[in-house]
Amino acid sequence: MSRVRRPSARPSELLLIWLAHHLRSARESLRRLFGMPLPTTMTVAVLGISLALPATLYVGTDNLRAMTGRWDQTAAISLFLRHEVDSSAARALAERLRARPELARVELIEPEQALAEFKELGGFEGALEALDDNPLPAVLALYPTPSHATTGQLRALEQQMVTLPEADFARMDTLWIERLQAILALAETATLLLGALLGLGVLLIVGNTIRLEILNRRGEIEIMELVGATAAFIRRPFLYAGAWYGLLGGLCATLLVTFSTGALQGSVSRLAALYGGEFRLAGLGLDGTLVVLLAGITLGLVGSWIAVGRHLRGAEAD
Amino acid sequence: MIEFDHVHKRYPERGEALSDISFALAAGEMAFLTGHSGAGKSTLLRLIGLLERPSRGRVVVDGRDLGALPRRQIPLHRRQVGMIFQDHRLLADRSVFDNVALPLQVMGYGQREIGRRVRAALDHVGLLKRERATPVALSGGEQQRVGIARAVVARPPLLLADEPTGNLDPELSREIFELFERFQYVGVTLLIATHDLSLVARMPYRTLTLADGRLVNDSGGW
Repeated sequence: MSRVRRPSARPSELLLIWLAHHLRSARESLRRLFGMPLPTTMTVAVLGISLALPATLYVGTDNLRAMTGRWDQTAAISLFLRHEVDSSAARALAERLRARPELARVELIEPEQALAEFKELGGFEGALEALDDNPLPAVLALYPTPSHATTGQLRALEQQMVTLPEADFARMDTLWIERLQAILALAETATLLLGALLGLGVLLIVGNTIRLEILNRRGEIEIMELVGATAAFIRRPFLYAGAWYGLLGGLCATLLVTFSTGALQGSVSRLAALYGGEFRLAGLGLDGTLVVLLAGITLGLVGSWIAVGRHLRGAEAD
Repeated sequence: MIEFDHVHKRYPERGEALSDISFALAAGEMAFLTGHSGAGKSTLLRLIGLLERPSRGRVVVDGRDLGALPRRQIPLHRRQVGMIFQDHRLLADRSVFDNVALPLQVMGYGQREIGRRVRAALDHVGLLKRERATPVALSGGEQQRVGIARAVVARPPLLLADEPTGNLDPELSREIFELFERFQYVGVTLLIATHDLSLVARMPYRTLTLADGRLVNDSGGW
């Protein structure tokens, strides 16, 4: 007494039915998530925050890098001249240095000019007025051509400059940039580590949520097994639920990051203006957004996969 | 259709639930399985549905040796066996229609075919008008008929029923058994576990009696 198992054996039709079931599973699990708004919101918020933290750190280091990248090109040596060197001698030295091929630009900051700038910065008026004469030396700002701007070349140039008879001492502005870059490298490693840790957290959260869902629906699962559902059929809605959680968490994270960069934009611009610059905070961008969403979906899927693998063993006969 | 060959089932915590059971049920046959509660009726049915495997012996259903069936094949086997339970095992949060449609969805039927077959099955058990209701809105007898509709909707060649009338009054029980007889007329093999002896006695079918896990009587009906 053998019977046909399926209404039709045509592969194309079976594929369509299979796709239709996938679609239905995806829709069904999404509807289930929206059917319990409070728990879903809480889970998604936790996932969003977990994903938003490394994303924010990434955006932060990315912005710092962009900032230092711009300053790198204006890296300069400040050559402080002796007090005895008068204005005309300083001007003559500047002229001589301008002739050197490795220097793109030489800028003379005379003591009076420096004093005026100081006063403008504010807070020093009283202190400066108490002084009888200007304590500030003349300074030559040396801007090397880009082809002579490596740290080694700058250091060699600095050595040369200090030996000039007019020179008191020189300060290289690259040092702090090097330090900043070291800090940035550290921050990037920290971002990776934090990202890995919080990624694990996302995995566990989704895994646990799906585990509870599976326990809640034990009865339903048993009935599905009784009527001959395959393991894949039973797993599918749970896997989709995990992917949905991940996607929603990712969306929540990108929103959080966008919101916080937006909130910081004003103060960052003001700070940059104080340093005489202009800087716009970059957000996640399209690439970053896609990475966050993809990471969310992947982690959600893997998390639910683990839960499903541990708690749904399919039709069992023992 | 069903063949038991020296089948034993032993549970580590309860000991031997079935001992040395051998019998055969031909295709198209309808038989009752009786015995006191705890005699092993449910266990026997569970072995046929491959909810459990025997500790010893061989169970063959529709030519398939269940002992040799790999785990992957279990769902395909269950699609060939309609199962009916005393507690109906319906999904409370889904409509009658969706409950009955479940086996067909699992088997990958298209929507239109599902609609056609579900309505045919519901018509068969006289519940066509209740397809939108949820199981809790139905009486016990109606719920059991939904369970029966679900069991037969995929037209399996074999139906198993475990105390299908356990909670029903005699009048409703009789209706359910008449329903089973109609399935037998169209060639379905049925094995019905029940302790409703008065009903069994009034119907001309083969009766297998279990006591303490052993097959103590196999009367060939009238």
